[in-house]
Amino acid sequence: MVLEFIKKELKIEWRNKYALNGILLYLVSTIFICYLSFNVKSNQLNVVTWNALFWIIILFASINAVAKSFIQEKQERLLYYYTIISPQALIFARIMYNALLLILVALLGFFFYSIILGNPVITTWLFLAIILLASVGFSSTLTLISAIASKAGNNQTLMAVLGFPIILPMLLMVIKVSKNAIDGLALSASLDELITLLAINIIVGAVSFLLFPYLWRS
Amino acid sequence: MRQNWWKFLTVFLLGYTFIGGLLFEVPRLNILNETIRALHFHVPMWFGMIILLSISVYYSINYLRKGSIETDHKAIEFANVGVVFGVFGILTGMFWAQFTWGAWWSGDPKQNASAIGLLIYFAYFVLRGSLENEEQRARISAVYNIFAFSALIPLLFILPRLTDSLHPGNGGNPGFNAYDMDSRLRLVFYPAVVAWTMLGVWIATVRFRIKRLESTHL
Repeated sequence: MVLEFIKKELKIEWRNKYALNGILLYLVSTIFICYLSFNVKSNQLNVVTWNALFWIIILFASINAVAKSFIQEKQERLLYYYTIISPQALIFARIMYNALLLILVALLGFFFYSIILGNPVITTWLFLAIILLASVGFSSTLTLISAIASKAGNNQTLMAVLGFPIILPMLLMVIKVSKNAIDGLALSASLDELITLLAINIIVGAVSFLLFPYLWRS
Repeated sequence: MRQNWWKFLTVFLLGYTFIGGLLFEVPRLNILNETIRALHFHVPMWFGMIILLSISVYYSINYLRKGSIETDHKAIEFANVGVVFGVFGILTGMFWAQFTWGAWWSGDPKQNASAIGLLIYFAYFVLRGSLENEEQRARISAVYNIFAFSALIPLLFILPRLTDSLHPGNGGNPGFNAYDMDSRLRLVFYPAVVAWTMLGVWIATVRFRIKRLESTHL
């Protein structure tokens, strides 16, 4: 059931490509704006700035990408889901699907960002693992937030206001570990943070799984 | 909680906290000196905030289980008072930091974490304000309250421990921690925690009863 739902989401996404293209264009233009505003040549950005800027761009792109999962959904279609699928399956499928989407967005973002603003990362596999963990975490937080915001008058501002403080601890951990990956430190230096990140992901995921049925009912 | 004895106890303990906290003998420690007395006024604010917010989450869970609007009113009032405690915690902390660390705000991990925590609860109030229907407001804000609280826990308890803090007892700073706090301090500190927390509960119950009167008379 969950797999079929994810497949259906992917198909819908593929059929109206403008939404996906919109997110990717948003990502690329943001990166380009940063490049032009900093007015730098490749590889001249301070490592700390590079790191923070990358994650801020990814954060905003993620919020935009996930916002559409409940906010832009038509009321009739939600009613239809209500009759055929359990809320747990729906939120699980949505979180998985959004995680896939965010991984794609973050990887493409990393690719463009490296081309335009240079790539100081030394331990690339660790950086990619962090992108994976961060995407799953962002997805499980933002999916529930977007469900909440969609109940409160489809307000995009509300989504940002509700989402930022909750996502901040995760973001701080991610920025810290990815700095380690950029500096090429050994895995043991960032193991604590990685485990904490994983634990936060599990907590947030489990809580959204438990709470979503109550949102769904209203 | 309708009895009077615990209110008398609160007043008595608060009086004791003020007299004992300001006049009793305190240990002399480097840097801290007399400002160590802030322990009885600053730290109980955080204990009180955590306890009051936990009570608020307890009522939110109860609301989702039982659906009585009274529990929602209790949840919001406890959150209100908890946030007031948090604001006082930040203000007293800044006042103290200005004398010991030499700056109102030094970007200490605990300072940042508490600021983010307050942002979460301000977002909770914004969310409540944006929903018109009383039943829907109660349900959705209960969901957000539980979600936010479970995201706040790792923030307050795990993140500051991963980095060194300027706070006394952290990172080799002179001061106290759970194991070597001076017994003269304990004599006032524990009653202070109890007193401030009970004061918070008292305020919340009064506010809750005012709300109930308003809703029955109008």
